[in-house]
Amino acid sequence: MAAVVFQDAEPKPGGKTWKRLRRRGGAMFGLTVVVFFVLTAVLAPWLAPYDPLATSWSEVRGAPGAAHLFGSDELGRDVLSRIIWGARASILAGVVSVSISLALGVPIGMAAGYLGRWADALISRITDAMLACPFLILAIALAAFLGPSLTNAMIAIGISATPVFIRLTRAQVLAAKSEDYVEAARALGNPHLRIALRHIFPNIVAPLIVQATLAIAAAVIAEASLSFLGLGQQPPVPSWGSMLNTARNYVDQAPWIAIWPGLSIFLLVLSFNLLGDGLRDALDPRHRA
Amino acid sequence: MLRFLLQRLATIVPTLFFVSVLIFGLQQLLPGDPATALAGEERDPEAIRYLRQKFHLDEPLPVRYWYWASGVLKGDLGDSVRIQKPVTELILEKLPVTIQLATMAMLIALVIGVTAGVISAVKRDTWWDYGANVFALWGLSTPNFWLGILLILVFAVQLGWLPASGYVSPFEDLGANLAAMIMPAFVLGNAIAAVLMRHTRSAMLQVLSSDYVRTARAKGLDERVVVLKHALRNALIPIITLGALEFGTLLSGAVLTEQVFTIPGFGKLIVDAVFNRDYSVVQGVVLFTATVYIMLNLLADLAYFFVNPRMRH
Repeated sequence: MAAVVFQDAEPKPGGKTWKRLRRRGGAMFGLTVVVFFVLTAVLAPWLAPYDPLATSWSEVRGAPGAAHLFGSDELGRDVLSRIIWGARASILAGVVSVSISLALGVPIGMAAGYLGRWADALISRITDAMLACPFLILAIALAAFLGPSLTNAMIAIGISATPVFIRLTRAQVLAAKSEDYVEAARALGNPHLRIALRHIFPNIVAPLIVQATLAIAAAVIAEASLSFLGLGQQPPVPSWGSMLNTARNYVDQAPWIAIWPGLSIFLLVLSFNLLGDGLRDALDPRHRA
Repeated sequence: MLRFLLQRLATIVPTLFFVSVLIFGLQQLLPGDPATALAGEERDPEAIRYLRQKFHLDEPLPVRYWYWASGVLKGDLGDSVRIQKPVTELILEKLPVTIQLATMAMLIALVIGVTAGVISAVKRDTWWDYGANVFALWGLSTPNFWLGILLILVFAVQLGWLPASGYVSPFEDLGANLAAMIMPAFVLGNAIAAVLMRHTRSAMLQVLSSDYVRTARAKGLDERVVVLKHALRNALIPIITLGALEFGTLLSGAVLTEQVFTIPGFGKLIVDAVFNRDYSVVQGVVLFTATVYIMLNLLADLAYFFVNPRMRH
């Protein structure tokens, strides 16, 4: 019982984590860029200088200049405005896909780890089967059968990324299950669901946050990849991946159409990776001493 | 040994079973009548009738799975509705191109990744180390289709050294083949080099602090001999086994790279199949990929088992 009381009485570790995170330059850079892109996506209608869908035949493949800072594309649309609106597809895809993975992966992983026996065996084999299909190829196949759209791309990416979360949750639950505080909670006669949710879950949140941050990076690349292949956001709605798809055909005449969307994907993915690495170091109990 | 092998094989059978169920289940995601969807754009009534009969679409689901799976076990992955050919034949036709691309990419990744990893471990916490880590982050965060377009911009458009696209068979003209493949191979290898660099760095750091390396140094051996002969040789074991697991990244990347450089390989096959609604090809490619991945995993485990005597007990 004492163990349980101490667990509840411990001060919230959030403040300490934030202090440790703030000292890491890379993580803070990542956080700044992520916040920048989220604000861009939210404020797109006010930030974009032009309508991202407005074509102009007199401005076809115009070089960057005073009127169009990032130039204009093969239909005369303003590249900067399309980049700003394109942030929506990328951020949305990153957040929604990973939310799907978490919503599916965490309960299934907890069931496998907590229930053990045949439930664990069955879930583990299905997870192995999903992991055997390369992430992007599984996402392509799912998106192909569901039909091309941003929503279906997010579902496809979310499902393809789920087995990683099942595995991680399962392993964390197995480790937590044998801890004294769980034993104590069980000895007190708590129901299983309460033990799982109140005693085990709070202790496995940290690695899940780290993995989720890194998974957003992977999901952003995956959405861009699917859109590049034509399986994500459908034209004319802008997405960085589909912008690169058309840019590929004009690389000799208008390289600026290819530079900006790629640079945006790179910066956003790099930032989520840096933030994830920083969070891992900040949340890792071995660094806590 | 035999027990280990049997145990490993025992987990493979159910995994393969679930892979096949998963891939068979993809068909159920298709909206509407699968026969109409599988028939592709043309919706030829003849083809629909043929497909209905071929996939036993009037029978219950488990029975249909049974028919499909027993065909797969005999190597029959169905036929492409677009190009009237068996899927197995199409896969075998495109596979050599992707194998060449993947092999070149892996070689590039090994040379860059292992070298960068060794340097960053030996020169830990110096600018060399930071530089290698920045390189790894760059490799992990760059979308490889963008890198492909940038390389085309520099080496094909600006400098005119290499062709932007167009595949030539190595049996026709080896020089032209290599010229067409070097950029895609580099693009594909880049991301894997980053992963290998991180693995190499941590494996080398661990080995460099071990007793036998200290002994080797104490004997007064040349540092280069210690690093390359004593340390790297032992660090290579985890690097190679972890490298084998990068097969999925390699194939996922190949899909995009082949699209950027218009290389008629495995990745182009699945993308074209998706747009032609050639669903049996999509299923066949995923099933084939997953099976190869499972087998490679098994080989990596066995290799690890053989190389590391401590695992034998």
